[in-house]
Amino acid sequence: MALVLGGSVIGSFGAAFLKSGAVAVRRHWSSIVFNWRLALGVCFYLLSSVFFVKGVSDPKAELSVLYPMVSLGYICTLLWSRLFFKEAITRTKLSGVGLILVGIVFISLGNH
Amino acid sequence: MSSVTFSPEAPLVNVDKRRRAVLIVVLCTWIGAAAQVLIKLGTKQLEHAGFLATAIGIITIPKLFAGYCLYGIFTALMVYALRHGELSILWPIIALTYVWVSILSVMIFHETMNPMKIIGVAIIVAGVAVLGLGNKA
Repeated sequence: MALVLGGSVIGSFGAAFLKSGAVAVRRHWSSIVFNWRLALGVCFYLLSSVFFVKGVSDPKAELSVLYPMVSLGYICTLLWSRLFFKEAITRTKLSGVGLILVGIVFISLGNH
Repeated sequence: MSSVTFSPEAPLVNVDKRRRAVLIVVLCTWIGAAAQVLIKLGTKQLEHAGFLATAIGIITIPKLFAGYCLYGIFTALMVYALRHGELSILWPIIALTYVWVSILSVMIFHETMNPMKIIGVAIIVAGVAVLGLGNKA
């Protein structure tokens, strides 16, 4: 459970670093190779998927607890978008993300 | 050009580029789904492998190798899209991968599609459509 929670939050940081790294990319190749933000973003993203697979495969894991944590990752990503990139959090975005989260819950219920 | 946004880092982000970023992420979700299916197929050859055998398998088993290569392409395209689009719109769209994987699982692994999954798929598609609308505004 803590693994999935950690995985979600780390994944949202991965997203934020990928975005900030992407903005720093220029025409020259060195802006990609020596881009520590991109590298950190990829590492965080990989780490979060490892946490996820480990957390979800735990037989004691309860889906009713796991999925709120997955949604926390999406909420965090919205939060970082607002904090670090000054993106507006509109009602449209919130309803889109809300629908996606409900959809994920339905698919996971259908899988079990 | 109906609307332009202003920010210190990107003086003019036009609507066309933002729309293209959304389409690239949708393409990414297809690539991500294909990668997951390939990796799932590839792991059949790894049933009781330990850590080292798994690590070697990623290179020597063609399906696994192809799957991870696709993930590499996924990441590169994602970075390209993030340059021009908003994180708060593009990141949630990745959830479309669930939709394609559910459909591919029925086609390739003959998993059954139950009402719950169909509703879930439909709701995710609706959510992504709403985000697409938010991208225009």
